[in-house]
Amino acid sequence: MAASRFNGFTDLGIGIGLRIPHYAHILSHKPSCDWFEIISENYMCDAGRPLEVLDEILDQYRVVQHGVAMYFGSTGPLDREHLKRLKRLVKRTRTPFLSDHLCWGSVDGTFSHDLLPTPYTFAQAEVTARRIRQARDTLEVPICVENVSSYAEYHASEMTEWEFLNEVVERADCGILLDVNNIYVSSRNHGFDPFDYLNAVPAGRVGQVHIAGHSKFEKYILDTHDHPVLPAVWKLYAHAIRRCGPTNTLLEWDAHIPSFAQVHAEALKARKFIEQVQQGADDQTANNAAVKQEREAYALVTA
Amino acid sequence: MRSSPPEPPVTEAPRPRRLGAARGRPRQTAGELRELHRLALQAISRPLAPGWQTQRTWVDGRPTREVVESFIKPNDRLTSLERLQIYNKQYWFRLLDCLYDDYPGLRAILGQVRFRRLSVAYLDKYPSDSFTLRDLGNRLERFLLEEPQWARPNEQMVLEMARFEWAQVVAFDGEAKPALSVDDLLGRDPASLRLAIQPYITLLELNYPLDDFVLAIKKRDAALRGEASNAVDTESPSRSSRKTPAVRRPRREKVWIAVHRLYNVIYYKRLTADAFDVLTALRDGKTLGRACALAATRSTDPTACAAQIGEWFRTWAELGWFCKR
Repeated sequence: MAASRFNGFTDLGIGIGLRIPHYAHILSHKPSCDWFEIISENYMCDAGRPLEVLDEILDQYRVVQHGVAMYFGSTGPLDREHLKRLKRLVKRTRTPFLSDHLCWGSVDGTFSHDLLPTPYTFAQAEVTARRIRQARDTLEVPICVENVSSYAEYHASEMTEWEFLNEVVERADCGILLDVNNIYVSSRNHGFDPFDYLNAVPAGRVGQVHIAGHSKFEKYILDTHDHPVLPAVWKLYAHAIRRCGPTNTLLEWDAHIPSFAQVHAEALKARKFIEQVQQGADDQTANNAAVKQEREAYALVTA
Repeated sequence: MRSSPPEPPVTEAPRPRRLGAARGRPRQTAGELRELHRLALQAISRPLAPGWQTQRTWVDGRPTREVVESFIKPNDRLTSLERLQIYNKQYWFRLLDCLYDDYPGLRAILGQVRFRRLSVAYLDKYPSDSFTLRDLGNRLERFLLEEPQWARPNEQMVLEMARFEWAQVVAFDGEAKPALSVDDLLGRDPASLRLAIQPYITLLELNYPLDDFVLAIKKRDAALRGEASNAVDTESPSRSSRKTPAVRRPRREKVWIAVHRLYNVIYYKRLTADAFDVLTALRDGKTLGRACALAATRSTDPTACAAQIGEWFRTWAELGWFCKR
């Protein structure tokens, strides 16, 4: 929900990912924006320009940290030096919560720099939940884990992706950063119904929602973050917000990045769906009708 | 976003169906999980074959297809190998792009194709050992010393460029300690005073004026970007065959450079040989007096060296180069 223990009781509104091409515009024009999400690893350095910019942003805006290298699903012990650096950044940004991905990415000290999908097994869930708990205990902020988009599945899997997500967040007692674009991408790549996924997510644990664009290839869809949000993803977003309530929402745009104004305008399209939910919050009949409409509309745009 | 519906209770989610158990398959163990990760990363990080395809033969001679089919499911559109190949390509495109961006000088010396071959060989031997891509080139100098054939016929120039460009990575966001001012140095006994150089500074003695060369490349690339302002790259730069006007390779000339930063902008500061000797001696832990004496001993013009030392220290202190050891 909008504010819960999983997101530090925040009701941030609609934000965008802070990206280098927008630095100059943001610092000189100070445009209105509810909040920014930063990639933690870009600022886990000792000094220099990245931290100078971050401090200027922190003076003006609310910032939430989002990581790409914690690799909760990796099997080794957590890197204490990495956690120390991350904690220094947490203190600097005063992030109300932080997020990273439900994935693995390193083994035996070698890093893939990719968000690799895990096998959906109980052994994997146990390892992942343990590392999430250890990270949260060290960092002393709530953690939300984000579902990743994937292009491959393992024979070893013992459950569905959404069952695995539930297994992990229950064991770790952590929040969820629900990426509806990733659900869409994976649903197309693996042939499952994204509404089954959304309906299985424990709504009360969703601390934030991600939206983004993707690229369609002949035989698969790639999560490229280089387009506006596609209609089918907006349908999933509408459904997610209806289930979870108005939730901290963030647009990611990482390649072929247009102007700040264009990215921000794309993000603000989410407002329409949030307002619809706010207006119909107490009307169960209207809600049921809306859910039916969302599924029908989704079927149309993906046909 | 202020009026939200009441928060539903966090109820326990439905427990997963035991798919494996239902089929009589034993659950995966922690050891099997780790082995699966190892196998997957090995497959994902294997260098691509020509045509940017996953290699068809595994390290032990088996078909790669057979190995990948043992752990990746196919679907109705892609084989197991094709699904793995998406990750295999992404791995290499991401890492090659990173080196492409961090080493424009090396690219200019070697040319695009030889630079790419060097990058693949380097990353195959030294895959990333850091959470950040910033550190991807941290063992490139070592690799070039071990395998100089990748730099032929300009081994020395290539090695020096690798050092010079890594120095810029360090200068960009390396640690800065509280700087000592000129006043902090006044009245101190040179015979016992040991100063440290800021960790973000790299001192380089080079046989080629690589600073001028890199500045010329950056100027050229900035002009090209300006001309192509509406262009959208549809593929990774390391894979593209874009033609760029060549910048003449530097001729042999001894130079001494400090790669540093000021107000968070990277600079290359030329030094005299004597000044370089003083700074190097300080960096290596010599006392101020010993460093100056060493420089004067080595100098071709000890009198001029002695006369300039005061001015050097004033400048370096103003630039914030000194810190406590």
